[in-house]
Amino acid sequence: MHETVVAENVLRTILEHAEKLKARPVRALVSCGQFNALNEEAMKFAFETAAAGTVCQGMLLQIRQIPLRAVCRPCRTVFELNLMTPLCPQCRSEDFDIEPDAPLLLEEIEFEDKQ
Amino acid sequence: MKVSLNQKILSRNEEAAAKNRQFFAEHKVFCLNVISSPGAGKTALLERTIRDLKEQFSIGVIEGDIETDNDARRIQAAGARAFQIETKGACHLSAEQVQNALKMIDAQTLDLVFIENVGNLVCPSAFDLGESGRVVILSVPEGDDKPAKYPGTFAGASVIVLNKIDLLPYVPFDLSRVLADIHTVNPQAPVLQLSAATGEGIDAWYDWLRRHLEKKQP
Repeated sequence: MHETVVAENVLRTILEHAEKLKARPVRALVSCGQFNALNEEAMKFAFETAAAGTVCQGMLLQIRQIPLRAVCRPCRTVFELNLMTPLCPQCRSEDFDIEPDAPLLLEEIEFEDKQ
Repeated sequence: MKVSLNQKILSRNEEAAAKNRQFFAEHKVFCLNVISSPGAGKTALLERTIRDLKEQFSIGVIEGDIETDNDARRIQAAGARAFQIETKGACHLSAEQVQNALKMIDAQTLDLVFIENVGNLVCPSAFDLGESGRVVILSVPEGDDKPAKYPGTFAGASVIVLNKIDLLPYVPFDLSRVLADIHTVNPQAPVLQLSAATGEGIDAWYDWLRRHLEKKQP
Protein backbone atom coordinates (compact mmCIF):
# COMPACT_ATOMS: atom_id res chain seq x y z
CA MET A 1 0.00 0.00 0.00
CA HIS A 2 2.58 2.62 -0.99
CA GLU A 3 -0.52 4.25 -2.50
CA THR A 4 -1.10 5.80 0.95
CA VAL A 5 2.12 7.80 0.76
CA VAL A 6 1.52 8.69 -2.88
CA ALA A 7 -2.01 9.87 -2.06
CA GLU A 8 -0.80 11.99 0.88
CA ASN A 9 1.81 13.65 -1.32
CA VAL A 10 -0.76 14.37 -4.05
CA LEU A 11 -3.21 15.77 -1.50
CA ARG A 12 -0.58 18.06 0.04
CA THR A 13 0.27 19.57 -3.34
CA ILE A 14 -3.38 20.07 -4.31
CA LEU A 15 -4.14 21.73 -0.96
CA GLU A 16 -1.19 24.12 -1.41
CA HIS A 17 -2.45 25.18 -4.83
CA ALA A 18 -6.07 25.47 -3.61
CA GLU A 19 -4.94 27.72 -0.78
CA LYS A 20 -2.90 29.91 -3.12
CA LEU A 21 -5.65 30.21 -5.73
CA LYS A 22 -8.49 30.38 -3.19
CA ALA A 23 -10.38 27.91 -5.40
CA ARG A 24 -12.01 24.53 -4.93
CA PRO A 25 -10.27 21.64 -6.74
CA VAL A 26 -12.61 19.40 -8.73
CA ARG A 27 -10.26 17.07 -10.61
CA ALA A 28 -6.63 15.96 -10.63
CA LEU A 29 -4.72 13.78 -13.06
CA VAL A 30 -1.93 11.45 -11.91
CA SER A 31 0.13 9.42 -14.36
CA CYS A 32 2.51 6.58 -13.74
CA GLY A 33 4.57 3.99 -15.56
CA GLN A 34 3.97 0.27 -15.39
CA PHE A 35 6.94 -0.46 -13.14
CA ASN A 36 5.52 1.86 -10.48
CA ALA A 37 2.77 -0.69 -9.87
CA LEU A 38 0.25 1.90 -8.68
CA ASN A 39 -3.04 0.15 -8.07
CA GLU A 40 -5.90 2.36 -9.23
CA GLU A 41 -8.48 1.17 -6.72
CA ALA A 42 -6.07 1.38 -3.78
CA MET A 43 -4.94 4.82 -4.93
CA LYS A 44 -8.47 6.18 -5.16
CA PHE A 45 -9.37 4.72 -1.78
CA ALA A 46 -6.22 6.14 -0.16
CA PHE A 47 -6.89 9.56 -1.68
CA GLU A 48 -10.54 9.62 -0.57
CA THR A 49 -9.49 8.69 2.94
CA ALA A 50 -6.77 11.34 3.08
CA ALA A 51 -9.01 14.01 1.53
CA ALA A 52 -11.93 13.51 3.91
CA GLY A 53 -12.76 16.75 5.70
CA THR A 54 -10.59 18.89 3.40
CA VAL A 55 -11.51 21.08 0.44
CA CYS A 56 -10.48 18.08 -1.72
CA GLN A 57 -13.24 15.85 -0.38
CA GLY A 58 -15.34 14.52 -3.25
CA MET A 59 -13.03 15.69 -6.05
CA LEU A 60 -12.27 13.36 -8.96
CA LEU A 61 -8.88 11.65 -9.10
CA GLN A 62 -7.91 10.32 -12.52
CA ILE A 63 -5.05 7.88 -12.99
CA ARG A 64 -3.36 7.40 -16.33
CA GLN A 65 -1.29 4.23 -16.62
CA ILE A 66 1.53 4.61 -19.13
CA PRO A 67 2.65 1.35 -20.73
CA LEU A 68 6.27 0.30 -21.03
CA ARG A 69 7.99 1.01 -24.33
CA ALA A 70 10.89 -0.78 -25.90
CA VAL A 71 13.15 -0.33 -28.91
CA CYS A 72 13.87 -3.40 -31.02
CA ARG A 73 17.61 -3.78 -31.59
CA PRO A 74 17.51 -5.45 -35.02
CA CYS A 75 14.75 -3.38 -36.69
CA ARG A 76 14.66 -0.25 -34.43
CA THR A 77 10.86 -0.40 -34.07
CA VAL A 78 9.58 1.39 -30.98
CA PHE A 79 6.74 -0.61 -29.46
CA GLU A 80 4.55 -0.99 -26.37
CA LEU A 81 6.01 -3.88 -24.46
CA ASN A 82 3.69 -6.61 -23.28
CA LEU A 83 5.63 -8.52 -20.60
CA MET A 84 3.55 -11.64 -21.20
CA THR A 85 4.76 -11.81 -24.81
CA PRO A 86 8.03 -9.89 -24.88
CA LEU A 87 8.56 -9.71 -28.65
CA CYS A 88 8.99 -6.99 -31.25
CA PRO A 89 5.62 -6.88 -33.07
CA GLN A 90 7.41 -6.06 -36.35
CA CYS A 91 10.20 -8.66 -36.63
CA ARG A 92 9.38 -10.98 -33.67
CA SER A 93 12.83 -10.42 -32.17
CA GLU A 94 13.34 -10.88 -28.42
CA ASP A 95 16.30 -8.54 -28.49
CA PHE A 96 15.17 -5.09 -27.34
CA ASP A 97 16.00 -2.28 -24.93
CA ILE A 98 13.31 -1.19 -22.49
CA GLU A 99 12.90 2.59 -22.31
CA PRO A 100 12.89 4.23 -18.87
CA ASP A 101 9.59 3.74 -17.08
CA ALA A 102 7.38 6.85 -16.93
CA PRO A 103 7.73 8.67 -13.59
CA LEU A 104 4.99 9.08 -11.04
CA LEU A 105 3.59 12.53 -11.89
CA LEU A 106 0.87 14.88 -10.76
CA GLU A 107 0.10 16.21 -14.23
CA GLU A 108 -2.68 18.72 -13.66
CA ILE A 109 -5.30 20.02 -11.27
CA GLU A 110 -8.60 21.51 -12.33
CA PHE A 111 -10.31 24.07 -10.10
CA GLU A 112 -13.90 25.24 -9.99
CA ASP A 113 -14.38 28.41 -12.00
CA LYS A 114 -15.26 31.35 -9.82
CA GLN A 115 -18.61 33.00 -10.51
CA MET B 1 -9.43 26.63 -14.47
CA LYS B 2 -6.72 24.09 -15.13
CA VAL B 3 -3.24 24.18 -13.61
CA SER B 4 -0.60 22.11 -15.39
CA LEU B 5 2.09 20.86 -13.03
CA ASN B 6 3.86 17.72 -14.25
CA GLN B 7 5.36 17.51 -10.80
CA LYS B 8 7.07 14.40 -9.43
CA ILE B 9 4.79 13.11 -6.70
CA LEU B 10 7.54 11.66 -4.54
CA SER B 11 9.80 14.70 -4.90
CA ARG B 12 10.11 15.12 -1.12
CA ASN B 13 11.49 11.61 -0.82
CA GLU B 14 13.76 12.20 -3.80
CA GLU B 15 15.22 15.34 -2.21
CA ALA B 16 16.07 13.38 0.93
CA ALA B 17 17.50 10.57 -1.22
CA ALA B 18 19.77 13.05 -3.01
CA LYS B 19 21.12 14.18 0.38
CA ASN B 20 21.83 10.57 1.38
CA ARG B 21 23.57 9.96 -1.93
CA GLN B 22 25.76 13.00 -1.36
CA PHE B 23 26.57 11.77 2.16
CA PHE B 24 27.68 8.38 0.80
CA ALA B 25 29.85 10.02 -1.87
CA GLU B 26 31.47 12.42 0.60
CA HIS B 27 32.33 9.72 3.12
CA LYS B 28 33.14 7.03 0.54
CA VAL B 29 30.50 4.68 1.86
CA PHE B 30 29.05 1.97 -0.37
CA CYS B 31 25.34 1.56 0.39
CA LEU B 32 23.05 -1.25 -0.73
CA ASN B 33 19.26 -1.25 -0.46
CA VAL B 34 18.20 -4.87 0.05
CA ILE B 35 14.67 -5.72 -1.11
CA SER B 36 12.77 -9.02 -1.02
CA SER B 37 9.59 -10.71 0.16
CA PRO B 38 9.33 -11.55 3.86
CA GLY B 39 11.31 -14.71 4.54
CA ALA B 40 13.48 -14.69 1.41
CA GLY B 41 16.61 -14.55 3.54
CA LYS B 42 17.67 -10.89 3.69
CA THR B 43 18.78 -11.08 7.30
CA ALA B 44 20.33 -14.53 6.86
CA LEU B 45 22.42 -13.32 3.90
CA LEU B 46 23.55 -10.25 5.82
CA GLU B 47 24.45 -12.28 8.93
CA ARG B 48 26.64 -14.61 6.92
CA THR B 49 28.19 -11.75 4.95
CA ILE B 50 29.05 -9.87 8.15
CA ARG B 51 30.58 -12.96 9.80
CA ASP B 52 32.73 -13.66 6.74
CA LEU B 53 33.77 -10.11 5.77
CA LYS B 54 33.86 -8.12 9.02
CA GLU B 55 37.65 -8.40 9.29
CA GLN B 56 38.02 -6.85 5.82
CA PHE B 57 35.34 -4.15 5.89
CA SER B 58 33.51 -2.16 8.52
CA ILE B 59 29.83 -2.88 8.00
CA GLY B 60 26.64 -1.30 9.31
CA VAL B 61 23.03 -2.26 8.78
CA ILE B 62 19.85 -0.19 8.88
CA GLU B 63 16.95 -2.52 9.55
CA GLY B 64 13.41 -1.74 8.45
CA ASP B 65 10.55 -3.71 9.94
CA ILE B 66 6.93 -3.01 10.68
CA GLU B 67 7.38 -4.25 14.27
CA THR B 68 10.17 -5.62 16.55
CA ASP B 69 13.92 -5.13 16.68
CA ASN B 70 14.63 -8.86 16.21
CA ASP B 71 16.63 -8.35 13.02
CA ALA B 72 18.82 -5.58 14.45
CA ARG B 73 19.71 -7.90 17.34
CA ARG B 74 20.60 -10.71 14.93
CA ILE B 75 22.85 -8.33 12.99
CA GLN B 76 24.57 -7.06 16.15
CA ALA B 77 25.18 -10.64 17.25
CA ALA B 78 26.86 -11.27 13.87
CA GLY B 79 29.25 -8.40 14.61
CA ALA B 80 28.04 -5.27 12.83
CA ARG B 81 26.58 -1.96 13.91
CA ALA B 82 22.81 -1.98 13.47
CA PHE B 83 19.94 0.40 13.90
CA GLN B 84 16.32 -0.65 13.76
CA ILE B 85 13.61 1.47 12.17
CA GLU B 86 10.15 0.31 13.19
CA THR B 87 7.83 1.62 10.48
CA LYS B 88 4.66 0.92 12.53
CA GLY B 89 2.61 -0.21 9.58
CA ALA B 90 4.37 1.41 6.63
CA CYS B 91 5.29 -1.12 3.95
CA HIS B 92 8.60 0.46 2.89
CA LEU B 93 11.42 2.70 4.14
CA SER B 94 11.68 6.36 3.16
CA ALA B 95 14.84 8.34 2.47
CA GLU B 96 14.13 10.58 5.50
CA GLN B 97 14.00 7.60 7.85
CA VAL B 98 17.34 6.42 6.47
CA GLN B 99 18.85 9.89 6.97
CA ASN B 100 18.19 9.70 10.71
CA ALA B 101 19.36 6.11 10.98
CA LEU B 102 22.68 6.92 9.28
CA LYS B 103 23.52 9.21 12.22
CA MET B 104 22.67 6.48 14.73
CA ILE B 105 25.25 4.07 13.26
CA ASP B 106 27.97 6.71 12.61
CA ALA B 107 27.77 5.70 8.97
CA GLN B 108 30.53 8.10 7.90
CA THR B 109 33.08 5.77 9.54
CA LEU B 110 31.88 2.66 7.66
CA ASP B 111 32.88 1.05 4.34
CA LEU B 112 29.59 -0.65 3.67
CA VAL B 113 26.02 0.06 4.74
CA PHE B 114 23.19 -2.34 4.04
CA ILE B 115 19.65 -1.04 4.27
CA GLU B 116 17.42 -4.04 4.87
CA ASN B 117 14.07 -2.81 3.61
CA VAL B 118 10.68 -3.95 4.88
CA GLY B 119 9.86 -7.39 3.44
CA ASN B 120 7.74 -6.55 0.40
CA LEU B 121 8.31 -7.00 -3.34
CA VAL B 122 6.18 -4.03 -4.45
CA CYS B 123 6.30 -0.86 -2.37
CA PRO B 124 10.01 -0.39 -1.52
CA SER B 125 10.81 -0.27 -5.22
CA ALA B 126 9.20 3.17 -5.70
CA PHE B 127 11.28 4.83 -2.96
CA ASP B 128 14.82 5.89 -3.74
CA LEU B 129 16.83 5.87 -0.50
CA GLY B 130 19.95 7.38 -2.06
CA GLU B 131 21.62 3.98 -2.16
CA SER B 132 24.60 3.16 -4.39
CA GLY B 133 22.92 -0.01 -5.59
CA ARG B 134 19.93 -2.26 -5.09
CA VAL B 135 20.02 -5.95 -4.19
CA VAL B 136 16.84 -7.90 -4.90
CA ILE B 137 16.62 -11.34 -3.30
CA LEU B 138 14.32 -14.08 -4.55
CA SER B 139 14.24 -17.42 -2.74
CA VAL B 140 13.44 -20.75 -4.32
CA PRO B 141 10.39 -21.69 -2.16
CA GLU B 142 8.61 -18.45 -3.15
CA GLY B 143 8.10 -19.84 -6.63
CA ASP B 144 9.39 -19.20 -10.11
CA ASP B 145 6.67 -16.71 -11.11
CA LYS B 146 7.90 -13.80 -8.97
CA PRO B 147 10.00 -11.91 -11.54
CA ALA B 148 7.03 -11.93 -13.95
CA LYS B 149 4.63 -10.81 -11.21
CA TYR B 150 6.82 -8.01 -9.82
CA PRO B 151 8.71 -6.74 -12.88
CA GLY B 152 9.29 -3.21 -11.54
CA THR B 153 11.24 -4.45 -8.54
CA PHE B 154 13.45 -6.77 -10.60
CA ALA B 155 13.95 -4.07 -13.26
CA GLY B 156 15.44 -1.75 -10.63
CA ALA B 157 18.02 -4.23 -9.27
CA SER B 158 21.78 -3.80 -9.63
CA VAL B 159 22.23 -7.44 -8.65
CA ILE B 160 19.76 -10.26 -8.05
CA VAL B 161 20.39 -12.98 -5.49
CA LEU B 162 18.59 -16.28 -5.95
CA ASN B 163 18.70 -17.67 -2.41
CA LYS B 164 17.99 -21.13 -0.93
CA ILE B 165 19.25 -23.02 -3.99
CA ASP B 166 19.90 -25.95 -1.62
CA LEU B 167 16.10 -26.45 -1.77
CA LEU B 168 15.98 -26.80 -5.59
CA PRO B 169 15.77 -30.61 -5.47
CA TYR B 170 12.72 -30.49 -3.20
CA VAL B 171 10.37 -27.89 -4.69
CA PRO B 172 9.03 -27.34 -8.20
CA PHE B 173 11.01 -24.39 -9.56
CA ASP B 174 11.74 -23.66 -13.20
CA LEU B 175 15.13 -21.96 -13.05
CA SER B 176 15.28 -21.24 -16.79
CA ARG B 177 11.91 -19.46 -16.60
CA VAL B 178 13.15 -17.25 -13.74
CA LEU B 179 16.33 -16.35 -15.60
CA ALA B 180 14.38 -15.57 -18.81
CA ASP B 181 11.83 -13.40 -16.99
CA ILE B 182 14.57 -11.47 -15.22
CA HIS B 183 16.46 -11.05 -18.49
CA THR B 184 13.37 -9.52 -20.14
CA VAL B 185 13.13 -6.64 -17.66
CA ASN B 186 16.76 -6.39 -16.54
CA PRO B 187 19.38 -7.86 -18.88
CA GLN B 188 22.26 -6.06 -17.09
CA ALA B 189 21.93 -7.35 -13.53
CA PRO B 190 23.90 -10.48 -12.66
CA VAL B 191 21.87 -13.26 -11.03
CA LEU B 192 23.83 -14.92 -8.23
CA GLN B 193 22.60 -18.36 -7.22
CA LEU B 194 23.47 -19.20 -3.64
CA SER B 195 22.40 -20.55 -0.29
CA ALA B 196 22.91 -18.24 2.68
CA ALA B 197 22.26 -21.26 4.91
CA THR B 198 24.86 -23.67 3.49
CA GLY B 199 27.27 -21.18 1.94
CA GLU B 200 27.02 -22.75 -1.52
CA GLY B 201 27.68 -20.10 -4.21
CA ILE B 202 28.36 -17.39 -1.64
CA ASP B 203 31.81 -16.52 -3.04
CA ALA B 204 30.30 -14.99 -6.19
CA TRP B 205 28.32 -12.63 -3.91
CA TYR B 206 31.47 -11.67 -1.99
CA ASP B 207 33.35 -11.11 -5.27
CA TRP B 208 30.54 -8.84 -6.47
CA LEU B 209 30.65 -6.92 -3.18
CA ARG B 210 34.45 -6.55 -3.21
CA ARG B 211 34.50 -5.37 -6.82
CA HIS B 212 31.87 -2.73 -6.17
CA LEU B 213 33.35 -1.69 -2.84
CA GLU B 214 36.59 -0.96 -4.66
CA LYS B 215 34.92 1.39 -7.09
CA LYS B 216 32.07 2.34 -4.71
CA GLN B 217 29.36 2.23 -7.33
CA PRO B 218 27.01 -0.40 -8.73
